[in-house]
Amino acid sequence: MDMNQYLEIFIEESQEHLQNLNQSLLGLETNPKDLKILNEIFRVAHTLKGMAGTMGFSGVTGLTHQMENVLDAIRNGKIDVNTEIVDVLFECLDYLDNSINSIASTGKEGSQKADAIIASLNNIQNNKPVAATTAKEQKAEAKEDHIKFNQYDENVIRKALQQGMNVFKIRVILAKDCMLKSARSFIVFQTVERYGEIFKSIPKVEDIEDEKFDNEFTIAIVTKEPDSLIKKELESISEVVEIRIDQIEVEVEAAAPEEAMQEIRGGSAASVAAVEEKEGNEETQNKKGKAGKTVRVDIDRLDNLMNLVSELIIIKTRMEGAGGESRSQDMTEAVEYLERITTNLHDAVMKVRMVPIERVFNRFPRMVRDLSKDLGKDILLNMSGEETELDRTVIDEIGDPLIHLIRNAIDHGIEEKDVRIANNKSSTGTVYLRAYQDGNSVVIEVEDDGHGINTEKILKKAVERGLISPSAANELDEKKAIELLFKPGFSTAEKVSDLSGRGVGLDVVKTKIESLNGIVEVESIRGKGSKFIIRLPLTLAIIQALLVTIGEEKYAIPLNVIRDITTINGATIRNIHGQEVVLNRSNVLPIVRLDKMLDVENSQSADSEELTAVVVKKGEKHAAFIVDTLIGQQEIVIKTLGKFLSGIKYIAGATILGDGQVALIVDTNSLI
Amino acid sequence: MDAVNVTRQFVIFRLANEEYGIDILRVKEIKEMMNITRVPKAAHFVRGVINLRGEVIPIVDLRKKFGLPKVEETESTRIIIVSVDDLTVGLVVDSSSEVTEINGAAIEEAPAAIGNVEQGNIFGIGKVGERLIILLDVVKIITNSAI
Repeated sequence: MDMNQYLEIFIEESQEHLQNLNQSLLGLETNPKDLKILNEIFRVAHTLKGMAGTMGFSGVTGLTHQMENVLDAIRNGKIDVNTEIVDVLFECLDYLDNSINSIASTGKEGSQKADAIIASLNNIQNNKPVAATTAKEQKAEAKEDHIKFNQYDENVIRKALQQGMNVFKIRVILAKDCMLKSARSFIVFQTVERYGEIFKSIPKVEDIEDEKFDNEFTIAIVTKEPDSLIKKELESISEVVEIRIDQIEVEVEAAAPEEAMQEIRGGSAASVAAVEEKEGNEETQNKKGKAGKTVRVDIDRLDNLMNLVSELIIIKTRMEGAGGESRSQDMTEAVEYLERITTNLHDAVMKVRMVPIERVFNRFPRMVRDLSKDLGKDILLNMSGEETELDRTVIDEIGDPLIHLIRNAIDHGIEEKDVRIANNKSSTGTVYLRAYQDGNSVVIEVEDDGHGINTEKILKKAVERGLISPSAANELDEKKAIELLFKPGFSTAEKVSDLSGRGVGLDVVKTKIESLNGIVEVESIRGKGSKFIIRLPLTLAIIQALLVTIGEEKYAIPLNVIRDITTINGATIRNIHGQEVVLNRSNVLPIVRLDKMLDVENSQSADSEELTAVVVKKGEKHAAFIVDTLIGQQEIVIKTLGKFLSGIKYIAGATILGDGQVALIVDTNSLI
Repeated sequence: MDAVNVTRQFVIFRLANEEYGIDILRVKEIKEMMNITRVPKAAHFVRGVINLRGEVIPIVDLRKKFGLPKVEETESTRIIIVSVDDLTVGLVVDSSSEVTEINGAAIEEAPAAIGNVEQGNIFGIGKVGERLIILLDVVKIITNSAI
């Protein structure tokens, strides 16, 4: 079977499970007695083990197996949860996460060694002595050790005997206080399989794996080795109390030896396959219970669907105009109905692309936990609005900037414990992470109750780094000073920790957010804390835009950058240092002649008296874009110009208009 | 050419007085001339973009790309949509109406330079009876054109 086709599913699902594990572990830390959480962790570890086993990733399988052991011990009350154990479990999580990532990027598990973690897992298991024997274990020994063979088994035995091989029945009795019976039996099975083929086991292999047996089990094997050797090997396994090996004898008939061996092999292979299949079924059942009715869809397919919907809308617009007067009532009704359907369809497809921001927020509790441990600060992370939805493409990009801001808040924002106490603050610092929808945009806030932003320090640093001159620094107000934070090459951390202050500063955050058509703002009160506010468009795919004509061409200007629309009398335009400007609301407004910038021929605006100007903002700056006429506001679907035309100046993308024509979207930022 | 006896199919089109061929496996479809939205600041041979069933596809004017004189569009002007890996590009040609099979044996290596087409863009000259067909290497044309 080719595993490659399953690899992607494996990775996706594993990541989901790890996310789940992460949350459960955090839950376990605060709630060590919660059996539900423990069961969840166990389930995840088990599922991962099964999946990794099927895919042949032995590192993951090995570790999850050990995790299961420890978790099982906790579940049975043999070990109490403490922070050490949780820490080790977190280490396991990190290891698994790394492995999965490495599988995702290289297809291999990577060379990292799990030995240390496994050793600490073993320590946890062994340090704590076993407290009680379960009632179940007490009624061991009672059962007789006879195996019933069916016809198939008898055939196997007969053929083996014909070839002069030995057929043994091995009864294995484990120590009463054996903690991990399934693991022990697994070792027994492995050992036996080195010498021969197991063709029967009582209870069944599945039951043994699930620990559905008392202290003993019986297996039947075909082997070339003498019983004494196997006995010796098995007895060397710890926690195995007794091994009884008996010869099995069945009447021998004549048959071809070659054939026999093959059949035995075939038989055991089949039984293994059956076991795997059963495990698989159990997994899917487990999944069904939890995940409900979801389907994993490639984002490309959604884009394709989106394209088709856009096409449908375009053709619908055409149908509305078609037919004119001669259109029958029937036709009109049908088109109206079509319009309703397409609108709903469009909304539905857009919704499919929306993902709750929880997906990003999920990883933060863990991060904050680790950070607060590392830095020795008590930090409480207060999250709200996880259900707020954003376009999938935005979700994928927003993670890193948020990590950066949260790290900043904890590392630079929140004071050391003693400082906080000295300032009459609670010793526990709080970081708020909020998300909410505000009109057509989504706002994400990262707020801390630390010491706020020290503008003097920023100015000093900026001067040191040569970002501004000392004289200019004196003139900056607080707001301007804070903006310096976003300048490339700025980092204010006095202590360079490995968390933040590595030179990659807030400018990276700002660039990222702006590439998503969003903005970052900062609010800060000295001594009270600071707040970073990220404002993102609800979706990258669809925006409101103003359609304009320049010459014979149509262009779209995103509505969110437009301040207002005004007319300018050509005579009022002045020329200052080769730059055309106009006085507007007592401000000097630079003029951008779009026809010239975009090389449009036959523009009317060149020699007309009254100019139509779209005033566009970029941060604090404004400029008047001269256009010929305004067509109106419209919701447009943004399409990229593609790789072939990437890097075209002044154009941010393209969109398809109602008549099927392509209109370009003006990149106002690059023009101001 | 290594694969001497392999017969391949080529879409044949005209530019000025020459016949050119493109491997049919690269051709997605052939469209009649349609309205092209100009893209400012693009390379001189890029005519603009069109809407191909909801996708925005860049259009290269092969006459300009090969330095041939400009002509008025006619009824027979066509856009050949070709795709190379994940790039889809339209090529404007004077006309196109034919698909021809050319055997590997009938393809000769390209001479140093043919007219204005840089040699790298040609992978051979196909002989079909008396006709000589310039076989273009679409991959090179497109990757050389990309910005």
